[in-house]
Amino acid sequence: MAVLTEEQTMLRDMAREWADNESPVTAFRKLRNAAPAEGYDPAAWSEIGQMGWGGIVIPEEHGGSALGYLSLGMVVEQLGRNLAASPLASTGPAATAIALGENDAAKSEWLARIASGDVVATLAVDEGPIHGGPVTTAVVGDRITGTKAFVAEGDSATVFIVAATDGLYLVAGDEGVTRSPRRMADARSHAEVRFDDAPAVPLGGPDLTAKVVDRATALITAEMLGLAEQAFATTNDYLKTRVQFGQPLSTFQALQHRMARMLTELELMRSVVEGALEAIDSGRSDTDQAVSLAKAVAGDTLKLVSREMIQLHGGIGMTDEHDAGFYMKRAAVLEAMWGNAAFHRERFARLNGY
Amino acid sequence: MATAAELEPLATFREQAREWLMANFPKSLAHQDAGLSALEGPHDPTPDEAAWTSAMGEKGWGVPTWPRTYGGGGLSRAETRVLQDEMARIGASNPIGGMGVMMFGPTLLEYGTEEQKQEHIPAIARNQVRWCQGYSEPGAGSDLAALQMFAEDKGDHYLVNGQKTWTSGGQWADKCFALVRTDKTKKHEGISFLLIDMDSPGVEVKPIRLISGASPFCETFFSDVKVPKANLVGREGEGWTIGKRLLQHERSSLSGGGGSAGRLLAGKPLSQVAKDYRGTDSEGRVSDADLRMRLVRHEMDTRAFMLTLRRAALEAKSNSGPSAATSIMKNVGARVTQDRAELGIEIMGMNGLGWDGEGFTEAELAQTRTWLWGKAVSIYGGSSEIQNNIVAKRILGMLDHQ
Repeated sequence: MAVLTEEQTMLRDMAREWADNESPVTAFRKLRNAAPAEGYDPAAWSEIGQMGWGGIVIPEEHGGSALGYLSLGMVVEQLGRNLAASPLASTGPAATAIALGENDAAKSEWLARIASGDVVATLAVDEGPIHGGPVTTAVVGDRITGTKAFVAEGDSATVFIVAATDGLYLVAGDEGVTRSPRRMADARSHAEVRFDDAPAVPLGGPDLTAKVVDRATALITAEMLGLAEQAFATTNDYLKTRVQFGQPLSTFQALQHRMARMLTELELMRSVVEGALEAIDSGRSDTDQAVSLAKAVAGDTLKLVSREMIQLHGGIGMTDEHDAGFYMKRAAVLEAMWGNAAFHRERFARLNGY
Repeated sequence: MATAAELEPLATFREQAREWLMANFPKSLAHQDAGLSALEGPHDPTPDEAAWTSAMGEKGWGVPTWPRTYGGGGLSRAETRVLQDEMARIGASNPIGGMGVMMFGPTLLEYGTEEQKQEHIPAIARNQVRWCQGYSEPGAGSDLAALQMFAEDKGDHYLVNGQKTWTSGGQWADKCFALVRTDKTKKHEGISFLLIDMDSPGVEVKPIRLISGASPFCETFFSDVKVPKANLVGREGEGWTIGKRLLQHERSSLSGGGGSAGRLLAGKPLSQVAKDYRGTDSEGRVSDADLRMRLVRHEMDTRAFMLTLRRAALEAKSNSGPSAATSIMKNVGARVTQDRAELGIEIMGMNGLGWDGEGFTEAELAQTRTWLWGKAVSIYGGSSEIQNNIVAKRILGMLDHQ
């Protein structure tokens, strides 16, 4: 755990307590079974808004607390531990796009409402199943046209921050917007969103797009950290109770060494995730490198831990009744979002002159 | 954010440290890498080296946080960081080191008597005495508590008989801190912590030649060696506790060794060495795509390791308590060190496997030895498997097989 201020410690503890009491994995299971279109529980999202977590990266003059990405990451991590479904990881970077953008009217109109949780905002960047492909969405006059694939919270968002060929635009409301749900393994909301001559407000050029995508990427590595920690802890607990050959599984050295190896990787993962969030908060010029480092390491480590969770639970881990499958499915979606480990190793290679 | 009032004393200290270094650090020593010399034994110091060692020894800054009473620097952690910054800025490295500084000194400060501290600590702080570690035995490596070397109580002294092995630098050492058995009926509780002069009659060392060709380790034989009772540290039978404490110091100093981020191979960044030896593709990238990605994975692993070392240090300093990070760092350090060396020889091809003689550069020959020597880092100081046992049992609460 990074060295935290008193404020950050309180925030983290509060998020952990809320996730454990109000949003345990059983709540996600209920949600999955109910399958609401928006992919989260509106009542829970409203509580999150009341606690002010929607405003953690929003400037104070617009109703936020401006605590920064390390703080928001800690909250997202705690929610990730319990698979708590919320649009928090989408609204944060979307709000940053508006806050860093060049349109003051957009700031006044949207930031306070996002901070309070009244409005869900999200990024619409990719146009295919793999992050980093070409962007063809274009703006003519003040109208935007194009199709964005697998937009997180695309079913419920009111505000879209849309990547066009020449930068980022804000699209609000439903004029010229068509949503088609894409049902995914993780049971969260991902929609294809079509913009046909939709009214678009310019926020900034390609630099802003890159900056905001880095923030979105860093934030989901925090969620990945939460998932990995909990998948690991659940597995460790299970090994202590499950008896085979007359011994608890946790007595077998072969399994102990696998667990020790995973803990080692988890420690490295925590360092790079916190490193990326801190790089954003301190405005470091090599933030892009820190983010790619975090996403690549997080992808590999979460893959290891979530797949081992199934393997070490044996048959029970394969059943829908057990939570292990939830962790692996969400993990796989997060690994693919904003570029998988291979994508970020390649980006890191280019940034470092390899 | 520290206030100006808090920063002020440090600013003054920085000024003083800078001035002192300016006056005392010989510029000829700037950015000199000790490299493999630690493995190949001490060399006669040049006049500049001797002057630098003596200046740092007098000042106590070779062991900056140790108490002034015993010849240390008496600096706070914050001042120590400032000193390290200032030294790094001018490329000065600390000439005071070795096992006395890394392991034995901190342990003796904690467990030694006043007389023992007065006798040994100032000599370590001035680099006047070289210590070696008498722990491992032929039948007691990973299972260290199985050690057999026996110290028989003869009233005013012990009579020591037995053998140690893997004694790093035994042939160059003046003194040895050793774990010995004072009671054969108990395993852990029968062990004591004893200080032995290496020039005592009955001590014999035989260097062990390693796969790298170097002989940094020795077998050490003890035949009827007389050791005064005053050389017992702590109580008789307390050796295991003290010895384990020392191993913590060892682990934390060893885990720093893998910090190779930014370290140069053949005087260049690894990616540049790869381009020089293997060529580039049409886009100027390392031509071998598979090697290129493995270099990136290694660079990422190294950075993650460095970030974790930094995090562990920050956490230890604040009061958020020790994290699990320190316990796993030795293994990651070993992995990073070995991967780097393997990549190095792979990049250089046959030129990275030279043993001696014509046709190889110094850097290439050093790479061969670095690679071979590096295989020790996952074995010494508790093998990676032993570290994993520790992590599984102490941190994860997993159980012994019944």
